This record gives sequence, structure tokens and C-alpha cells, in this order.
Amino acid sequence: MTDVGLQLDQQAGTEVGVSSASVGDYIALLKPRVMSLVVFTSIVGLVLAPGGLHPALAVVAILAIAVGAGASGALNMWYDADIDAVMSRTANRPVPAGRVTPGEALGFGLALSLFSVMTLGLATNWFAGAFLAFTIFFYAVIYTMWLKRWTPQNIVIGGAAGAFPPMVGWAAVTGGVSLESFLLFAMIFVWTPPHFWALALVKSEDYRRAGVPMLPNVAGPAATRRQIVLYSVILAPLGVAPALTGMASPVYGVIAAAAGLAFLWLAWRLLRRSEGKPATKAAWQLFGYSIFYLFGLYAALLADHVIRHLPGAA
Amino acid sequence: MSQPPELEGYKLTPEQEKRRRMRSWAIAGGLAFLVVLFYIIAVVKVTGSAGHGG
Repeated sequence: MTDVGLQLDQQAGTEVGVSSASVGDYIALLKPRVMSLVVFTSIVGLVLAPGGLHPALAVVAILAIAVGAGASGALNMWYDADIDAVMSRTANRPVPAGRVTPGEALGFGLALSLFSVMTLGLATNWFAGAFLAFTIFFYAVIYTMWLKRWTPQNIVIGGAAGAFPPMVGWAAVTGGVSLESFLLFAMIFVWTPPHFWALALVKSEDYRRAGVPMLPNVAGPAATRRQIVLYSVILAPLGVAPALTGMASPVYGVIAAAAGLAFLWLAWRLLRRSEGKPATKAAWQLFGYSIFYLFGLYAALLADHVIRHLPGAA
Repeated sequence: MSQPPELEGYKLTPEQEKRRRMRSWAIAGGLAFLVVLFYIIAVVKVTGSAGHGG
């Protein structure tokens, strides 16, 4: 069937309450790419936590955290459909494209929130369950409904929602939080602003049209570049910190230091290149590298922990 | 006595029928998965408690 034909059927179906959504549309509501980062960081939190969890329960915990992240994505898409519709990057999402109604997205998000929190609580402990519920609340209500449309510091404070998953993974094992789990949180929390502001520099016109007060639109590109460098200066040593607290080995420390210096260099280059295509290219490069940096740092933490705990390792 | 005319309802297109069928299968799969998941949680919790003398 042609796209036009399908759209006409969608319109007619919506008028009589018939959904035209495919299974893939519901999967898209979960924001699978964001979910993959949440899964990975929560696995690292769960593995690094002292003590043990039955492997089957560990898998269930990761699944519950992933579904919880997906649920908050669905709630975000429900509330932000008006913004998504006017941004090129998000216009084809299921709700603004009309394939899923806002009510369906809301119901889907709420149901998955409930299931994920109950499952994590039953499988591990209720502190972890409550922490997951708070994370979903923070992303869907504090960030999406309040901060995002109100302040250019939206992703600074809202970034906490994306930084909580390793703490939730840690809590699933230990039933609490600790300095080490807070360090895992802090690494993502400080990483979030330069990551999103690099994207916002390129997509500032989209955000302006949607009325989202991102830093480049409110304070200007130059101030945003300075802020990116500032956060990068904090992030680089923070990435090394696990090696200083005994959470990771010096080998990890060297890798994290090198990766942090590369991050700083790309941020510095973005500060110096403020005009035309070189500026856009520098922003894209920092954005791309920031994803690699966070995945790489957490992968290094995981590998370092596994190697140090191999049978026979000192 | 004459019969009232039959009301014509909204007819799903083949594409909408296919999508509804797929959604139904996905919901069924999800529910079955949840049953297995909670069974596993229960077994692990019970055997864990038994192992610890609880």
C-alpha cells in the first residue's frame, strides 16, 4: 500500500477509533537507541556493585530497567508530540506522524512503568524499584513536562534522569547507594550537557521553531561553546576518578585520561571554530565522539572489573 | 414486517487487519513472557530462601 493510501486509512481509522499502529511503532515509542545506553550503563552498575545477584535475577533486573527507560521514552513522546512535529529529527515519530494516538502512547508508557517497577521490586528489592519509579518520574515529569520548555539548563538538571540507571543497577544488588555508584552517576551527569549542546548547536533552528529554550538559542553559540569546554574540563578528570577511588585499576585510569584529553581537544576545537561548515563539522565530531567516549569509558570499567575478578587474578 | 436496513460498519483494510493481528500477537507474546518471567523470579526466590534456611 502507498504511503498516501495508508495515511488516508489512518485518518479514517482514527475517526472511528481504529488504530493503524504497527508493532514497530510501539517499539519506536521506547526509544531503542536511548534504551541501549541505559541497558549498558545499568549492566555496568550491576556488575561493579559489591555482593552478588542470582544471574537470572540480574537479567530480569536489567530487563526491568530497560523497560522502565522505554516507558519514560513513551511518556516523553506522548507529552512532546507538539514539539516533535515541528523538528526534522523527530517529525516522523509515531505520535506526531499520526500512527499512534497520544492516548495510546500515554497508556503504553504508564502500563510499562507499572510493570517495570513492580518487576524490579519483586525480583531484587523495593529500594531499586522505588529508584526506578523516581527515575521515570524525573524524566517524564521533571524534565519533559517542566524543565525542557522552561529553562536553557533543561538538559543539565534533566540529565540526571539518564544518569540514574547505573545507580539503579547498583541498588538492585546492594539495596542502596554509595560513593562509587554516585561516581557512575556523576560521569554521565557531567557528560550530558556537552553531548546535547553539541547537537543543539547544529539543530538550533529546529529547537527555535519548536520553542525549546536550548542554550544556543538563549545564550548564543559562543556562550554554548564556552560552557561545553567548561563541562569537558570537569568531565575529563571525573572519568579518571574510578581509578583514584580503587573502583578501577591504573590501566583504566590511563585509558580514561587519554579519552578525556581527546574529549577536551575536540571541545577546544569547537570553541575555536565558530563559523560556517568547520563549526558544524566540529560540533558533529564532538557529538559523535561523546557517544563513543561514554560507551568506551563504561566498557573499560566493565572489562577492568571482569579482568581483576578472574579466577587467579591478584 | 420489513427488516431495518443493516448498518454498514467501518471495514478494516487488509493492512490495518494485518497490523491489528500483529499487535495482538505481540500482546499475547508479552503476557506469556511475563508469566515465564514471574515463574522464574518465584523459583529463584523460593530456592534462594530455602538455601538460606528462610
